Amino acid sequence: MLNPDLVGSTFAGATSTTITSESISSFALALGESDTHIAPPTYAITISLEQSQSFLEGSGLDWSRVVHGDQRFAINKPLKAGMEITCNSTIESARVVAGNEIVTVRSDLIESGEVAVSSWSTLVFRA
Amino acid sequence: MSTLVAGQVLPSKTYIINRAALVTYANASGDQNPIHQNEEFAKSVGLENVIAHGMYTMGLVGQYISEVAGSSSKVKEFSARFTKPVVVPADTNVELVVTATVVEVNEDSAKLEVSATCNDIKVLGMTKAVILL
Repeated sequence: MLNPDLVGSTFAGATSTTITSESISSFALALGESDTHIAPPTYAITISLEQSQSFLEGSGLDWSRVVHGDQRFAINKPLKAGMEITCNSTIESARVVAGNEIVTVRSDLIESGEVAVSSWSTLVFRA
Repeated sequence: MSTLVAGQVLPSKTYIINRAALVTYANASGDQNPIHQNEEFAKSVGLENVIAHGMYTMGLVGQYISEVAGSSSKVKEFSARFTKPVVVPADTNVELVVTATVVEVNEDSAKLEVSATCNDIKVLGMTKAVILL
């Protein structure tokens, strides 16, 4: 179980990711999107979910039991190739319902000091 | 896009989901969870069969919204709840039918409520988007 004291804490991404045109284009084409110059609206998940996995596993949650409950994106600046992104993830809430642990993480993808995309993932760790 | 009117139902679009598409999405997204590719594994953890990545289904809906908006760069907000898994048996093309209703039109943006179904079963809930006009 997640230590309740971790709610509200932020895990700053240690390294930055440079978005490549290959990465955007393979993601876009996988979704049937022919515009491969701008990241599709859900592209941020490729950066945010990996970081969430790494720190939630580090906090003792079992990633093999995880189910995605819901997902939200707020896009201030569309992601493009060449952007250097750092990702800060904050545990916004954690509760236990019928033995399942429900954790909401907000990940802010930051480019040049500004939040380009915020991604909220609600993850359900099944009992 | 100035032609959007509150209450308007937008034309539907059908996306085909099959095993090959799930492998392509897994490689593009980095999500290689075997429940999305390996039938034996999926069944071993209590699933009916291989299921699509929730984010793949949401991504296809995102493509629909980008198309309505005219560009991915015009999508400001997008949210969904994963209500039912999309089951993808081998050698099967599963049809995902997406449509949307315009719920609000403002000076520079519009709110959409989106429906996503497979075999008439709703697979995403509370699916909403805000697009720039």
